[in-house]
Amino acid sequence: MKHAPSEKHTLSIIVDNESGVLARIVGLFSARGYNIDSLTVADVSTDHAVSRITIVTSGPPPVIDQIIAQLDRLVPVHRVLDLTELGPHVEREMALVKVAGTGDKRVEALRLADIFRARPVDTSTNSFVFEVSGSTEKVDQFIALMREVGLVEVARTGVVAIARGAEAA
Amino acid sequence: MSAIQPADTSREMTGAEIVVQALIDQGVDTIFGYPGGAVLPIYDALFAEGRIKHILVRHEQAAVHAAEGYARSSGKVGVVLVTSGPGATNAVTGITDAMMDSIPLVVITGQVPTHLIGTDAFQECDTVGITRHCSKHNYLIKETARLASALHEAFYIARSGRPGPVVIDIPKDVQIMRGPYAAPTAAGHKTYKPQTKGDQTAIETAVEMLAAAERPILYTGGGVINSGPHATTLLRALAALTGAPVTSTLMGLGTMEHRHKQFLGMLGMHGSYEANMAMNRCDLMLCIGARFDDRVTGRLDAFSPHSKKIHIDIDRSSINKTVRVDLGIVGDVGSVLEDMLALWKARGHAAQDLEPWWADIAGWRARDCFGFKQQGPALLPQKAIQRLWEKTRDQAPIISTEVGQHQMWAAQHFGFDAPNKWLTSGGLGTMGYGLPAAIGAQLANPGALVIDIAGEASIQMNIQELGTATQYRLPVKIFIINNEYMGMVRQWQELNHGGRYSESYSDSLPDFVKLAEAYGWKGITINGPDDLDAGIDAMLAHDGPVVVDCRVTKLANCFPMIPSGAAHTDMMLEGEAPPTSEPDEDAKALV
Ligand SMILES: Cc1ncc(C[n+]2csc(CCOP(=O)(O)OP(=O)(O)O)c2C)c(N)n1
Ligand SMILES: [Mg+2]
Repeated sequence: MKHAPSEKHTLSIIVDNESGVLARIVGLFSARGYNIDSLTVADVSTDHAVSRITIVTSGPPPVIDQIIAQLDRLVPVHRVLDLTELGPHVEREMALVKVAGTGDKRVEALRLADIFRARPVDTSTNSFVFEVSGSTEKVDQFIALMREVGLVEVARTGVVAIARGAEAA
Repeated sequence: MSAIQPADTSREMTGAEIVVQALIDQGVDTIFGYPGGAVLPIYDALFAEGRIKHILVRHEQAAVHAAEGYARSSGKVGVVLVTSGPGATNAVTGITDAMMDSIPLVVITGQVPTHLIGTDAFQECDTVGITRHCSKHNYLIKETARLASALHEAFYIARSGRPGPVVIDIPKDVQIMRGPYAAPTAAGHKTYKPQTKGDQTAIETAVEMLAAAERPILYTGGGVINSGPHATTLLRALAALTGAPVTSTLMGLGTMEHRHKQFLGMLGMHGSYEANMAMNRCDLMLCIGARFDDRVTGRLDAFSPHSKKIHIDIDRSSINKTVRVDLGIVGDVGSVLEDMLALWKARGHAAQDLEPWWADIAGWRARDCFGFKQQGPALLPQKAIQRLWEKTRDQAPIISTEVGQHQMWAAQHFGFDAPNKWLTSGGLGTMGYGLPAAIGAQLANPGALVIDIAGEASIQMNIQELGTATQYRLPVKIFIINNEYMGMVRQWQELNHGGRYSESYSDSLPDFVKLAEAYGWKGITINGPDDLDAGIDAMLAHDGPVVVDCRVTKLANCFPMIPSGAAHTDMMLEGEAPPTSEPDEDAKALV
């Protein structure tokens, strides 16, 4: 069953916002040997009762099914959505990218940032911090380009995702 | 710590009183525990509390196994109360055992006061952290106001869906402070509501597949027992209507009468030849509340290669976990079986002509795979268990076991005709389970004959519980199949490791008779075949607890056996030559 080709899936997990819930979910992945490519979590309800966890995971389809079933039986999990399976959805991630340099490098960094609609959110005479958001691929690409003009360090949020259309998924 | 607030309404109580009140409102009359600093307020609330009987064990692991035995033999939720730190860590093996075997428990642990949490305080341990992945759910309760609802939720979660242990960690200050108490409501839990009713279309498909099958088999497990006695009745009805053969996992024994002509016995590593062959050759497998454990399937790529498979389980994650099935039905076994039976009748299905299939099965049965031949003067363990069964069957005893060869021989040679009579550690395989489980079962079934079929090595793992049985005047019997070896380990060493018996000899055994007497039990020795009947009779004649040290032949192996890494069709039977060479590394790596 493990030999089918691996697929990347984005899961949206709605959970009770209680202590230990993240440990429960992360522990499940490590205990059962599942992959976590990225993970984000934040409280998403007005009364702070519910959080949304977005996990990008990869594995053959039967393993993805098993991951969903395992998550679904945890008591504080309200529901698990496989956004990749459900169809049209938006995935975004944000990165803060610090580059340092002077002269041509500095000009080139600004020019590239413009093409990627990355905004400088901090500036000094020899550095920028850019805020860039978009698909994981776009963020990857931007970071790769920044390497050539003086990348210093990167912080990324990991993917957040939501289904398209008027309805809650 | 803030001062204890005075009660301002009659519904306000201390946290400790809330615990006791919640137990009473949940219908609990017996709990298993061991006191310590972090639970003293609860013990104080229990003092002179006539409605709850507290059973003082001698080790917290035993408290959990006793609660398991209580739960499995009664269908109720078992309750445990232990202190923080070592009390909680000692309970972990039992909690994991209950998790693996889907046993409903509520385990209450004391914790250091909230303001000391995280400071490495005396007897502090991260109980919710440690038990997070070996419990069905757990709680650390930081406010007395949350305590009542959490306790009620815990009972609901423990028994609903796939049952399991729920841990509630209660800091000492939360036990002392006052808070509101509310009785249980019907809600159970705001979001956790496991699906019990199976999908109707899937059930229809299942009935059609079953009706069309020429070589069907019902592969049943502990889920049938967990679903309640009604599910056993329904399973037997389905077997009668379809005429199909039935096999059971270790956990499911008792759901079919063991002598029923359609029952093929237990399947799996030490199961019957006919059950394993029928699983391999069937064209339709209906799995009912079992989970395709590796002890059942053997080599996965050779597991029942030509069958369509249907799986009914209350836990969706059990479906397609290791074996892909053609049709999964998520639901409670009892509910789904009821729907299947109604549909089968409504559609006017008759049993297929299964003659050719039964003829194949008769051929496999003729191998008499559980047969054994007396050789030499020493008593055979199989014989001992068979006689024990024959001499006690009329009393429909409750049997618990430890772990090892004796456990498998008990599964093979003791006959069960009803559910909730067979208590064995299946998933975790915990040596030391049997004696405390027997104690719990005896408390739940005061008039019943309860026997722990034990190994001389396993029994020493919770031997201290002899004292518990003495204290509560429980007439538990321990029947030790004493082969002076960790027999199951020795058997694997014989078959897989060239007969190098590394550390598997039970040296320096105690005199079990004297040990029994030291605890106020009766002790009996059976030295050989000639003593067997008299020994069993003497055990049964004594109305108190008895240890029987039954000395059996030392080097017997448990057959039939599917060797590691082998398929169902490669079963080794008694008397067949064992493999001459050691298995390859892949096979050796399998446990
Ligand atoms: C707590 C624990 N430790 C180790 C084992 C591994 N183990 C399985 S069977 C066995 C030997 C049991 O010996 P005994 O109780 O004498 O039973 P026998 O096999 O001889 O019938 C051991 C050590 C286990 N199952 N549980
Ligand atoms: Mg032994």
